[in-house]
Amino acid sequence: MPVRHELPPDDPVTEPIDSTAPVVAVDNLVFNYPDGFPALRGVSLTLMAGEKVALVGPNGAGKSTLMLHLNGILGEESSPVKVFRVVFVPELISPEFAAWSGLVFQNPDDQLFSPTVFEDVAFGPLHMGLPEGEVRQRSTWALEQVGMAGFGDRLSHHLSLGQKKRVAIATVLSMQPDILVLDEPTAGLDPRGRRQLISLLRDLPQTMLISTHDMLLVYELFPRTVIMDEGLIVADGSTIELLEDQDLLESHGLESPFTSFPASA
Amino acid sequence: MTIFPAGILMHIPDGFLNLFVSLACWAITLVVLGMAIANTRRDFDERLVPLAGIMAAFIFAAQMINFPVAGGTSGHFIGAALAFIVLGPWLGLLVMTAVIAVQALLFQDGGIVVMGANILVMGIIPGFVAYYIYRLGRGRSWSFQLVLAGVAAWLSVVTAATVVSLLLAFSGTSSLSVVLPAMVGVHAVIGIGEALITVAALAFIHQVRPSLLSDGQEAGKGGWVVVGLAIALVIVLFAPFASGHPDGLEWVAETTGFLGTAQDAPYSILPDYTIPGLGETGLSTILAGVIGVLLVAGLVFLVARLLQRRSQDASTI
Amino acid sequence: MSFHASTFDRYLAGDSAVHHLDPRVKVVVAVVFIVCITLLPDGAWWLYALSFALVMGATLAAEISPWLIIRRSLVGLPFLLAAVTVLFTIPGNSLWTGPFGLTITDAGAMRFGSIVLRSLISLQTAVLLTATTSFPDILHALRHLKVPDILVSVIAFMYRYLFVLTDEVSRLLRGRAARSAALPGTKSGGNLGWRASVAGNMAGQLMIRSLDRSDRVYQAMLARGYRGQMLTLKPHEMRPLDWTVLVTGCLIAVILPVIGRL
Repeated sequence: MPVRHELPPDDPVTEPIDSTAPVVAVDNLVFNYPDGFPALRGVSLTLMAGEKVALVGPNGAGKSTLMLHLNGILGEESSPVKVFRVVFVPELISPEFAAWSGLVFQNPDDQLFSPTVFEDVAFGPLHMGLPEGEVRQRSTWALEQVGMAGFGDRLSHHLSLGQKKRVAIATVLSMQPDILVLDEPTAGLDPRGRRQLISLLRDLPQTMLISTHDMLLVYELFPRTVIMDEGLIVADGSTIELLEDQDLLESHGLESPFTSFPASA
Repeated sequence: MTIFPAGILMHIPDGFLNLFVSLACWAITLVVLGMAIANTRRDFDERLVPLAGIMAAFIFAAQMINFPVAGGTSGHFIGAALAFIVLGPWLGLLVMTAVIAVQALLFQDGGIVVMGANILVMGIIPGFVAYYIYRLGRGRSWSFQLVLAGVAAWLSVVTAATVVSLLLAFSGTSSLSVVLPAMVGVHAVIGIGEALITVAALAFIHQVRPSLLSDGQEAGKGGWVVVGLAIALVIVLFAPFASGHPDGLEWVAETTGFLGTAQDAPYSILPDYTIPGLGETGLSTILAGVIGVLLVAGLVFLVARLLQRRSQDASTI
Repeated sequence: MSFHASTFDRYLAGDSAVHHLDPRVKVVVAVVFIVCITLLPDGAWWLYALSFALVMGATLAAEISPWLIIRRSLVGLPFLLAAVTVLFTIPGNSLWTGPFGLTITDAGAMRFGSIVLRSLISLQTAVLLTATTSFPDILHALRHLKVPDILVSVIAFMYRYLFVLTDEVSRLLRGRAARSAALPGTKSGGNLGWRASVAGNMAGQLMIRSLDRSDRVYQAMLARGYRGQMLTLKPHEMRPLDWTVLVTGCLIAVILPVIGRL
């Protein structure tokens, strides 16, 4: 299935991206789970438009919690997440906020909850209150974006894991979010599926924040990397520089992609 | 069918119950189901759909879990007791309804016209029986509660089998004196498996996630209405048999003396499905059927309206 | 023991006129037809034959093998055990006397045969409905036929996660099989209580995992704008052909018991 990227003429994504404008700014975000577990202990992060940023760190570092905040799911009255494009009214979760940021969960079986592919991709725009014609147009477009055009009538359980992951991305693309937030997009994929997904992520123009353990993916795709551990951001900078700092990586349970291939380092 | 060996004795196919029994069961089921929808909507709000849907898929999947008993047979699991005990009666009923609907609509495991009866005998009756028996152990030691849960699960299956037998006999499909001991006998054995699995599952949940079994799952006000309806149903079903006619079918056959109408219900409102005065004509049978349908539909409509009004009062939207 | 997703696929993709009918029409006609079959009197053999011919005609129109529909309709057979008793208990002329003084009567045989045939024809109608209508389409039909929204949404979710959770069960069962190897001729895995408790633990584990999954799915729904109301696209429009089939289908179905009773 060749990956096609035909943008409809009225697509806002084709607007030139101003890479000096921040898309999201998180300022000293603190979050404790109801059982008292401190998941985030003061996180500050700013993403510029069009930036592709990797979020790495050991399990339990708070990556997923941070991502849920970017979507407003765990948001509270005092949420310190500032959204620059949309005026964010923090009355729990507003549909505008959900549409602003497209969150893709790690397990596509949690993300794809409708019987058919098309219903799933249409779910977001439909619940944003868009008219039916536009819902259909956006859904078709989003499926084309991820190379799954023509799969609309298929049942989700008939898809391979790689196809499910791409449809999962389409389910948020159809909402035309400013920022894509993906949790472990390459986990569990075979080499071909992984390769297809990487080229898809490379071609999508949206601002991206992607949490992953796949350090080769980080190296290949993301100019900027954020390292989290124990609810804090412990490093934020150029991927090349961070990946060369063996001590930093090891102290946070991470592995340089080059250690297994010393020749390439 | 290897997928639902245990359920096959419970899932009544179309054609085994006459229309009157089917519609009477639908009427009861719709009333109780309406209460379940109103209650779960209030208690779970927007969480309801994913929660109930995935729990229904869980029950369906759990029915595939088997364990070898002896001589190549295996014990299976029906799940109403576990669903009602852990999820509470209303959510439990919604879950069992979805399971039964999918089994009928997708796998033809259980009929469509008799789906109301199937929801009654596989959801409402075993569920509420198990739920109220389990509730008797509130505040007692956990091991006592587990034993009670086992008893509840066993009884839920046996009660359901009893009601299936009654419905079949009442429809003139089986002879009560044969089908009742047979169904109850088989399900007394199946019920042991159900009880063991239910107890083991509850023990596991108690160990791993005790908060799920805390006293949060209340039946609320409507619960006793269901019990009342169930008792009414049993009385209605037993009435023809209790009046000196040990075998319903023979009794029907004797009274009518005409086997063509043996399938029809011995109801006093519409005796033998015919309208008094019109005589034993086909036309009057059809008219009687139509009136029966209208009565049921009217009852359902009234209840639905009442529920709707109440839920509108309750919610702000 | 493995359950492939296709075990649960009852829909046979096709391009026939029957496939393209509005699912609402198919659901309504099928239900009306089954109700009318239930209303057929005992021993109306030629009406049974006519009803069977109607179902098979629709099957051929759907370009589906009648044999497949008949085979799938046999799932109901075990339940016939429940009706066997009428062979012996209905008074009538003796047809055959077996051991223990059991006597099959002509009236009993007629009743039994009638129950069997009505049940099989009803089953075939339902099988044909699911073979020609995809389950999501049946759900759309139910929604537009005013079945409570919440019930349809719950069923839709169940249908989607049926496949995910049965996969999970198959994995659990395979794991158990791998861990409980037995020498030939010996019994594996302890006594009955122990085996049942292993099965029960599986059920408990699966239940907790499923509850957790429902939380994650709920979050995924919130992330896509869900606010408690399930909205759906309206993909179906009634065409003149749909109306024609609806009216004639219901009329034919209703005429059957009318003929039978007159």
